[in-house]
Amino acid sequence: MEYKDYYAIMGVKRDAPQDEIKRAYRKLARKYHPDVSKEPDAEARFKEIGEAYEVLKDPEKRTAYDQLGANWKAGEEFRPPPNWDQGFEFTGGFSGAGAEQFSDFFESLFGHGGFTRDFGRGAQREFHARGEDTYAKVVIDLEDAYQGATRTLTLKHTELGADGRPRIKERTLNVRIPKGVRQGQHIRLANQGGAGIGRGEAGDLYLEVEFRRHPLYHVEGKDVFLNLPVAPWEAALGATIKVPTPTGKVDMKIPPHSTGDRKLRLKGRGIPAKEPGDLFVVLKIALPPADTEADRSAYREFEQVFEFNPRTGLGV
Amino acid sequence: MNDEQRKLLSGEVLEEDIELTLAELCQACHVTTDDIIEFVEYGVVEPRGPEPARWRFRGVSVKRIRSARRLERDLGVNAAGAALALDLLEEIEWMRSRLHRFEDW
Repeated sequence: MEYKDYYAIMGVKRDAPQDEIKRAYRKLARKYHPDVSKEPDAEARFKEIGEAYEVLKDPEKRTAYDQLGANWKAGEEFRPPPNWDQGFEFTGGFSGAGAEQFSDFFESLFGHGGFTRDFGRGAQREFHARGEDTYAKVVIDLEDAYQGATRTLTLKHTELGADGRPRIKERTLNVRIPKGVRQGQHIRLANQGGAGIGRGEAGDLYLEVEFRRHPLYHVEGKDVFLNLPVAPWEAALGATIKVPTPTGKVDMKIPPHSTGDRKLRLKGRGIPAKEPGDLFVVLKIALPPADTEADRSAYREFEQVFEFNPRTGLGV
Repeated sequence: MNDEQRKLLSGEVLEEDIELTLAELCQACHVTTDDIIEFVEYGVVEPRGPEPARWRFRGVSVKRIRSARRLERDLGVNAAGAALALDLLEEIEWMRSRLHRFEDW
Protein backbone atom coordinates (compact mmCIF):
# COMPACT_ATOMS: atom_id res chain seq x y z
CA MET A 1 0.00 0.00 0.00
CA GLU A 2 1.02 3.61 -0.33
CA TYR A 3 2.43 5.78 2.39
CA LYS A 4 0.19 8.69 3.27
CA ASP A 5 1.80 11.93 4.33
CA TYR A 6 -0.76 13.24 6.79
CA TYR A 7 1.16 16.46 7.38
CA ALA A 8 1.21 17.24 3.68
CA ILE A 9 -2.50 16.43 3.42
CA MET A 10 -3.24 18.94 6.16
CA GLY A 11 -0.73 21.47 4.88
CA VAL A 12 1.16 21.75 8.16
CA LYS A 13 4.81 21.24 9.12
CA ARG A 14 5.80 18.09 10.99
CA ASP A 15 6.46 20.11 14.15
CA ALA A 16 3.17 22.02 14.08
CA PRO A 17 1.58 22.44 17.51
CA GLN A 18 -1.80 20.79 18.17
CA ASP A 19 -3.84 23.97 17.98
CA GLU A 20 -2.39 24.76 14.56
CA ILE A 21 -3.46 21.31 13.39
CA LYS A 22 -6.96 21.93 14.75
CA ARG A 23 -7.17 25.26 12.91
CA ALA A 24 -5.92 23.67 9.69
CA TYR A 25 -8.57 20.96 10.00
CA ARG A 26 -11.38 23.47 10.54
CA LYS A 27 -10.34 25.45 7.48
CA LEU A 28 -9.98 22.41 5.21
CA ALA A 29 -13.17 20.79 6.51
CA ARG A 30 -15.10 23.92 5.63
CA LYS A 31 -13.55 24.04 2.19
CA TYR A 32 -14.13 20.41 1.27
CA HIS A 33 -17.26 19.41 3.18
CA PRO A 34 -19.44 17.62 0.60
CA ASP A 35 -22.58 19.52 1.64
CA VAL A 36 -20.92 22.86 1.04
CA SER A 37 -18.09 22.36 -1.42
CA LYS A 38 -18.20 22.50 -5.19
CA GLU A 39 -14.66 21.20 -5.62
CA PRO A 40 -14.76 18.22 -8.00
CA ASP A 41 -13.08 15.78 -5.65
CA ALA A 42 -14.58 17.18 -2.43
CA GLU A 43 -15.80 13.90 -1.02
CA ALA A 44 -12.48 12.10 -1.49
CA ARG A 45 -10.51 15.04 -0.13
CA PHE A 46 -12.81 15.36 2.87
CA LYS A 47 -12.30 11.70 3.72
CA GLU A 48 -8.54 12.06 3.33
CA ILE A 49 -8.47 15.14 5.56
CA GLY A 50 -10.63 13.40 8.14
CA GLU A 51 -8.26 10.47 8.26
CA ALA A 52 -5.19 12.69 8.55
CA TYR A 53 -6.79 14.65 11.37
CA GLU A 54 -7.88 11.45 13.11
CA VAL A 55 -4.20 10.59 13.49
CA LEU A 56 -2.61 13.99 14.02
CA LYS A 57 -5.14 15.31 16.54
CA ASP A 58 -4.46 12.43 18.95
CA PRO A 59 -1.02 12.87 20.55
CA GLU A 60 -0.67 9.07 20.96
CA LYS A 61 -1.42 8.26 17.34
CA ARG A 62 0.57 11.24 16.14
CA THR A 63 3.69 10.19 18.00
CA ALA A 64 3.33 6.63 16.76
CA TYR A 65 2.92 7.87 13.20
CA ASP A 66 5.99 10.08 13.58
CA GLN A 67 7.93 6.98 14.64
CA LEU A 68 7.71 5.72 11.09
CA GLY A 69 10.21 8.40 10.28
CA ALA A 70 10.16 11.52 8.19
CA ASN A 71 11.89 9.92 5.22
CA TRP A 72 8.83 8.37 3.60
CA LYS A 73 7.38 10.16 0.65
CA ALA A 74 3.65 10.20 -0.08
CA GLY A 75 2.72 7.43 -2.50
CA GLU A 76 5.81 5.31 -1.82
CA GLU A 77 5.33 1.57 -1.41
CA PHE A 78 5.06 1.02 2.31
CA ARG A 79 4.97 -1.79 4.83
CA PRO A 80 4.91 -1.08 8.56
CA PRO A 81 8.13 -2.32 10.20
CA PRO A 82 7.58 -5.05 12.78
CA ASN A 83 6.90 -3.77 16.32
CA TRP A 84 6.83 -0.20 15.04
CA ASP A 85 4.13 0.66 17.54
CA GLN A 86 5.74 -1.07 20.48
CA GLY A 87 4.80 0.56 23.69
CA PHE A 88 1.75 2.33 22.30
CA GLU A 89 -1.70 1.41 23.44
CA PHE A 90 -4.35 3.09 21.40
CA THR A 91 -7.10 4.07 23.73
CA GLY A 92 -10.52 4.99 22.57
CA GLY A 93 -12.30 4.08 19.38
CA PHE A 94 -12.69 6.22 16.31
CA SER A 95 -14.86 9.31 16.19
CA GLY A 96 -17.30 9.66 13.35
CA ALA A 97 -17.32 6.94 10.72
CA GLY A 98 -16.13 3.43 11.40
CA ALA A 99 -12.59 2.37 10.56
CA GLU A 100 -13.81 0.68 7.38
CA GLN A 101 -13.91 4.11 5.80
CA PHE A 102 -10.20 4.70 6.28
CA SER A 103 -7.46 3.83 3.81
CA ASP A 104 -5.46 0.61 3.77
CA PHE A 105 -2.53 2.62 5.06
CA PHE A 106 -4.48 3.73 8.14
CA GLU A 107 -5.87 0.23 8.62
CA SER A 108 -2.43 -1.32 8.62
CA LEU A 109 -1.22 1.04 11.34
CA PHE A 110 -4.23 1.66 13.57
CA GLY A 111 -6.96 -0.62 12.39
CA HIS A 112 -5.93 -3.92 13.95
CA GLY A 113 -7.74 -4.89 17.10
CA GLY A 114 -10.27 -2.15 17.64
CA PHE A 115 -12.47 -2.63 14.61
CA THR A 116 -12.73 -6.37 14.39
CA ARG A 117 -13.20 -6.65 18.11
CA ASP A 118 -16.58 -4.93 17.91
CA PHE A 119 -17.90 -7.34 15.34
CA GLY A 120 -15.87 -10.32 16.32
CA ARG A 121 -17.11 -13.84 16.20
CA GLY A 122 -17.36 -13.84 19.96
CA ALA A 123 -20.51 -11.67 20.02
CA GLN A 124 -23.19 -13.68 21.72
CA ARG A 125 -26.01 -11.16 22.15
CA GLU A 126 -28.90 -11.29 19.72
CA PHE A 127 -29.42 -7.88 18.35
CA HIS A 128 -32.12 -6.60 16.01
CA ALA A 129 -31.98 -3.28 14.23
CA ARG A 130 -33.28 -1.68 11.07
CA GLY A 131 -30.60 -1.44 8.40
CA GLU A 132 -28.97 1.83 7.44
CA ASP A 133 -30.47 4.02 4.74
CA THR A 134 -28.07 4.25 1.85
CA TYR A 135 -27.63 6.89 -0.80
CA ALA A 136 -26.55 6.76 -4.41
CA LYS A 137 -26.72 8.89 -7.52
CA VAL A 138 -28.39 7.99 -10.79
CA VAL A 139 -27.56 9.91 -13.96
CA ILE A 140 -30.35 10.23 -16.54
CA ASP A 141 -30.93 12.11 -19.76
CA LEU A 142 -33.49 14.91 -20.03
CA GLU A 143 -35.59 12.73 -22.33
CA ASP A 144 -35.91 10.17 -19.52
CA ALA A 145 -37.65 12.77 -17.36
CA TYR A 146 -40.15 13.45 -20.17
CA GLN A 147 -41.04 9.84 -20.82
CA GLY A 148 -39.97 7.93 -17.75
CA ALA A 149 -37.33 5.24 -18.16
CA THR A 150 -35.71 2.16 -16.69
CA ARG A 151 -32.16 2.27 -15.46
CA THR A 152 -29.83 -0.50 -14.41
CA LEU A 153 -27.50 0.49 -11.61
CA THR A 154 -24.55 -1.26 -10.06
CA LEU A 155 -23.93 -0.25 -6.48
CA LYS A 156 -20.91 -1.01 -4.34
CA HIS A 157 -21.05 -1.29 -0.61
CA THR A 158 -18.75 -2.44 2.12
CA GLU A 159 -19.73 -5.29 4.34
CA LEU A 160 -17.98 -7.63 6.73
CA GLY A 161 -16.92 -10.99 5.42
CA ALA A 162 -16.97 -14.18 7.44
CA ASP A 163 -13.45 -13.41 8.61
CA GLY A 164 -14.56 -10.09 10.11
CA ARG A 165 -12.68 -8.03 7.54
CA PRO A 166 -14.50 -5.46 5.42
CA ARG A 167 -14.85 -6.21 1.72
CA ILE A 168 -16.56 -4.57 -1.24
CA LYS A 169 -19.71 -6.20 -2.57
CA GLU A 170 -21.54 -5.23 -5.74
CA ARG A 171 -25.21 -5.53 -6.53
CA THR A 172 -27.22 -4.62 -9.59
CA LEU A 173 -30.72 -3.13 -9.55
CA ASN A 174 -33.32 -2.34 -12.20
CA VAL A 175 -34.99 0.94 -11.29
CA ARG A 176 -37.96 2.72 -12.82
CA ILE A 177 -37.32 6.42 -13.36
CA PRO A 178 -40.71 8.12 -13.04
CA LYS A 179 -41.89 10.61 -15.63
CA GLY A 180 -41.57 14.21 -14.46
CA VAL A 181 -38.68 13.68 -12.06
CA ARG A 182 -36.44 16.73 -11.69
CA GLN A 183 -32.77 17.45 -11.09
CA GLY A 184 -31.71 16.83 -7.50
CA GLN A 185 -34.86 14.97 -6.49
CA HIS A 186 -34.63 11.66 -4.67
CA ILE A 187 -36.33 8.39 -5.47
CA ARG A 188 -36.89 6.34 -2.33
CA LEU A 189 -36.69 2.57 -2.85
CA ALA A 190 -38.09 0.95 0.26
CA ASN A 191 -35.93 -1.70 1.93
CA GLN A 192 -33.22 -1.62 -0.73
CA GLY A 193 -30.71 -0.03 1.62
CA GLY A 194 -28.38 -1.59 4.16
CA ALA A 195 -29.27 -5.04 5.48
CA GLY A 196 -31.04 -5.17 8.81
CA ILE A 197 -29.38 -6.79 11.79
CA GLY A 198 -31.00 -9.88 13.22
CA ARG A 199 -34.67 -9.69 12.36
CA GLY A 200 -34.55 -5.96 11.63
CA GLU A 201 -35.81 -4.94 8.20
CA ALA A 202 -33.48 -3.43 5.63
CA GLY A 203 -33.10 0.32 5.36
CA ASP A 204 -34.17 2.34 2.34
CA LEU A 205 -32.13 3.31 -0.71
CA TYR A 206 -32.36 6.96 -1.78
CA LEU A 207 -31.35 7.66 -5.37
CA GLU A 208 -30.47 11.25 -6.18
CA VAL A 209 -31.39 12.11 -9.75
CA GLU A 210 -28.86 13.99 -11.81
CA PHE A 211 -29.36 15.06 -15.41
CA ARG A 212 -26.52 14.48 -17.84
CA ARG A 213 -25.51 17.78 -19.45
CA HIS A 214 -27.52 18.02 -22.67
CA PRO A 215 -25.91 19.33 -25.86
CA LEU A 216 -29.01 21.38 -26.76
CA TYR A 217 -31.08 22.06 -23.67
CA HIS A 218 -30.48 23.73 -20.34
CA VAL A 219 -32.72 22.76 -17.43
CA GLU A 220 -33.79 24.91 -14.51
CA GLY A 221 -36.29 23.20 -12.24
CA LYS A 222 -39.27 22.37 -14.44
CA ASP A 223 -38.34 24.79 -17.23
CA VAL A 224 -36.15 23.93 -20.21
CA PHE A 225 -34.14 26.44 -22.27
CA LEU A 226 -32.95 26.19 -25.85
CA ASN A 227 -30.58 28.60 -27.58
CA LEU A 228 -31.89 28.96 -31.15
CA PRO A 229 -29.61 30.49 -33.77
CA VAL A 230 -31.54 32.62 -36.29
CA ALA A 231 -30.43 34.55 -39.36
CA PRO A 232 -30.67 38.37 -39.18
CA TRP A 233 -33.47 38.44 -41.78
CA GLU A 234 -35.44 35.79 -39.90
CA ALA A 235 -35.33 37.92 -36.75
CA ALA A 236 -35.99 41.22 -38.49
CA LEU A 237 -38.68 40.04 -40.90
CA GLY A 238 -40.14 37.19 -38.91
CA ALA A 239 -40.19 33.56 -40.04
CA THR A 240 -41.62 30.13 -39.33
CA ILE A 241 -38.79 27.88 -38.14
CA LYS A 242 -38.55 24.21 -37.28
CA VAL A 243 -37.38 23.98 -33.68
CA PRO A 244 -36.17 20.87 -31.81
CA THR A 245 -37.86 20.07 -28.52
CA PRO A 246 -37.38 17.13 -26.14
CA THR A 247 -40.66 15.72 -27.46
CA GLY A 248 -39.98 16.24 -31.16
CA LYS A 249 -39.66 19.00 -33.77
CA VAL A 250 -42.24 21.80 -33.81
CA ASP A 251 -42.87 24.73 -36.13
CA MET A 252 -42.48 28.02 -34.37
CA LYS A 253 -43.36 31.52 -35.57
CA ILE A 254 -40.63 34.07 -34.96
CA PRO A 255 -42.31 37.50 -34.79
CA PRO A 256 -40.82 40.28 -36.95
CA HIS A 257 -38.63 42.90 -35.25
CA SER A 258 -37.22 40.26 -32.90
CA THR A 259 -33.96 41.25 -31.26
CA GLY A 260 -31.21 39.01 -29.98
CA ASP A 261 -31.78 37.16 -26.70
CA ARG A 262 -35.54 37.47 -27.12
CA LYS A 263 -37.23 34.63 -25.18
CA LEU A 264 -40.15 32.88 -26.80
CA ARG A 265 -42.21 30.62 -24.58
CA LEU A 266 -43.61 27.25 -25.61
CA LYS A 267 -46.05 26.76 -22.76
CA GLY A 268 -46.27 23.35 -21.16
CA ARG A 269 -43.36 21.85 -23.10
CA GLY A 270 -41.08 21.79 -20.10
CA ILE A 271 -40.77 18.82 -17.77
CA PRO A 272 -44.14 17.07 -17.34
CA ALA A 273 -46.05 17.59 -14.11
CA LYS A 274 -49.55 18.45 -12.95
CA GLU A 275 -48.42 21.99 -13.82
CA PRO A 276 -45.78 21.24 -16.47
CA GLY A 277 -42.84 23.55 -16.95
CA ASP A 278 -42.28 25.60 -20.09
CA LEU A 279 -39.76 25.45 -22.93
CA PHE A 280 -38.11 28.81 -23.51
CA VAL A 281 -36.53 29.37 -26.91
CA VAL A 282 -33.85 32.06 -26.72
CA LEU A 283 -33.05 33.72 -30.05
CA LYS A 284 -29.39 34.16 -30.88
CA ILE A 285 -28.70 36.19 -34.00
CA ALA A 286 -26.10 34.39 -36.09
CA LEU A 287 -24.13 36.38 -38.68
CA PRO A 288 -23.40 34.82 -42.06
CA PRO A 289 -19.62 34.57 -42.53
CA ALA A 290 -17.93 37.08 -44.86
CA ASP A 291 -15.69 34.55 -46.58
CA THR A 292 -16.01 35.32 -50.29
CA GLU A 293 -15.91 38.59 -52.16
CA ALA A 294 -19.61 38.14 -52.91
CA ASP A 295 -20.33 37.87 -49.18
CA ARG A 296 -18.33 40.97 -48.38
CA SER A 297 -20.02 42.82 -51.21
CA ALA A 298 -23.41 41.89 -49.78
CA TYR A 299 -22.40 43.20 -46.38
CA ARG A 300 -21.18 46.48 -47.81
CA GLU A 301 -24.48 46.93 -49.60
CA PHE A 302 -26.23 46.15 -46.35
CA GLU A 303 -24.21 48.92 -44.70
CA GLN A 304 -25.14 51.39 -47.46
CA VAL A 305 -28.83 50.64 -47.34
CA PHE A 306 -29.29 50.71 -43.60
CA GLU A 307 -27.22 53.70 -42.42
CA PHE A 308 -27.24 51.97 -39.04
CA ASN A 309 -25.33 53.15 -35.98
CA PRO A 310 -25.76 50.67 -33.13
CA ARG A 311 -23.81 52.95 -30.78
CA THR A 312 -25.93 56.10 -30.86
CA GLY A 313 -26.78 55.60 -27.20
CA LEU A 314 -23.08 55.71 -26.28
CA GLY A 315 -22.47 59.19 -27.63
CA VAL A 316 -19.76 58.08 -30.05
CA MET B 1 -29.40 -13.14 -13.14
CA ASN B 2 -29.94 -11.17 -16.34
CA ASP B 3 -31.76 -7.87 -16.66
CA GLU B 4 -35.18 -9.27 -17.48
CA GLN B 5 -35.24 -11.57 -14.50
CA ARG B 6 -34.21 -8.89 -12.09
CA LYS B 7 -37.27 -7.26 -10.58
CA LEU B 8 -38.08 -3.72 -11.69
CA LEU B 9 -38.06 -1.50 -8.60
CA SER B 10 -40.28 1.53 -8.27
CA GLY B 11 -40.07 4.19 -5.67
CA GLU B 12 -41.64 7.44 -4.64
CA VAL B 13 -40.11 10.80 -5.39
CA LEU B 14 -39.24 12.19 -1.98
CA GLU B 15 -39.77 15.82 -2.93
CA GLU B 16 -43.13 15.31 -4.65
CA ASP B 17 -45.01 12.29 -3.44
CA ILE B 18 -44.11 12.08 0.18
CA GLU B 19 -45.37 13.88 3.23
CA LEU B 20 -44.08 12.76 6.61
CA THR B 21 -45.37 12.98 10.15
CA LEU B 22 -43.07 13.92 13.00
CA ALA B 23 -42.56 10.26 13.91
CA GLU B 24 -41.82 9.26 10.31
CA LEU B 25 -39.31 12.08 9.95
CA CYS B 26 -37.56 11.03 13.17
CA GLN B 27 -37.22 7.54 11.82
CA ALA B 28 -36.07 8.60 8.36
CA CYS B 29 -33.34 10.84 9.79
CA HIS B 30 -32.43 8.88 12.92
CA VAL B 31 -33.08 11.82 15.22
CA THR B 32 -35.31 12.41 18.25
CA THR B 33 -38.48 14.51 18.34
CA ASP B 34 -36.60 17.06 20.46
CA ASP B 35 -34.03 17.36 17.67
CA ILE B 36 -36.78 17.98 15.11
CA ILE B 37 -38.48 20.52 17.34
CA GLU B 38 -35.20 22.41 17.55
CA PHE B 39 -34.77 22.22 13.78
CA VAL B 40 -38.27 23.62 13.32
CA GLU B 41 -37.59 26.38 15.83
CA TYR B 42 -34.57 27.54 13.87
CA GLY B 43 -36.09 27.11 10.43
CA VAL B 44 -34.08 24.14 9.19
CA VAL B 45 -37.45 22.59 8.25
CA GLU B 46 -40.91 24.13 8.15
CA PRO B 47 -43.90 21.83 8.63
CA ARG B 48 -47.50 22.70 8.02
CA GLY B 49 -49.95 22.05 10.86
CA PRO B 50 -50.78 23.77 14.14
CA GLU B 51 -48.89 21.52 16.58
CA PRO B 52 -46.27 18.74 16.62
CA ALA B 53 -48.87 15.98 16.66
CA ARG B 54 -50.40 17.41 13.47
CA TRP B 55 -47.17 18.53 11.77
CA ARG B 56 -46.68 17.39 8.19
CA PHE B 57 -43.25 17.69 6.57
CA ARG B 58 -42.45 17.76 2.88
CA GLY B 59 -40.12 15.01 1.65
CA VAL B 60 -37.28 17.46 1.08
CA SER B 61 -37.10 17.88 4.88
CA VAL B 62 -35.22 14.59 5.07
CA LYS B 63 -32.46 16.01 2.90
CA ARG B 64 -32.25 19.24 4.87
CA ILE B 65 -32.08 17.52 8.24
CA ARG B 66 -29.40 15.07 7.12
CA SER B 67 -27.40 17.99 5.79
CA ALA B 68 -27.86 20.02 8.98
CA ARG B 69 -26.69 17.06 11.07
CA ARG B 70 -23.58 16.63 8.94
CA LEU B 71 -22.80 20.35 9.23
CA GLU B 72 -23.22 20.14 13.00
CA ARG B 73 -21.07 17.03 13.29
CA ASP B 74 -18.31 17.99 10.88
CA LEU B 75 -18.14 21.77 11.01
CA GLY B 76 -19.44 22.53 14.50
CA VAL B 77 -22.38 24.55 13.19
CA ASN B 78 -25.43 24.89 15.46
CA ALA B 79 -29.06 24.65 14.29
CA ALA B 80 -29.40 28.39 13.60
CA GLY B 81 -26.20 28.39 11.57
CA ALA B 82 -27.22 25.24 9.72
CA ALA B 83 -30.57 26.80 8.74
CA LEU B 84 -28.79 29.87 7.38
CA ALA B 85 -26.21 27.73 5.55
CA LEU B 86 -28.91 25.57 3.93
CA ASP B 87 -30.90 28.57 2.73
CA LEU B 88 -27.79 30.20 1.28
CA LEU B 89 -26.70 26.95 -0.37
CA GLU B 90 -30.14 26.64 -1.97
CA GLU B 91 -29.86 30.17 -3.30
CA ILE B 92 -26.34 29.53 -4.62
CA GLU B 93 -27.54 26.35 -6.33
CA TRP B 94 -30.32 28.27 -8.04
CA MET B 95 -27.93 31.02 -9.10
CA ARG B 96 -25.39 28.52 -10.47
CA SER B 97 -28.10 26.84 -12.45
CA ARG B 98 -29.24 30.17 -13.85
CA LEU B 99 -25.67 31.15 -14.67
CA HIS B 100 -25.19 28.01 -16.76
CA ARG B 101 -28.00 29.23 -18.93
CA PHE B 102 -25.84 32.11 -20.12
CA GLU B 103 -22.57 30.25 -20.41
CA ASP B 104 -23.43 27.71 -23.06
CA TRP B 105 -23.50 29.85 -26.17
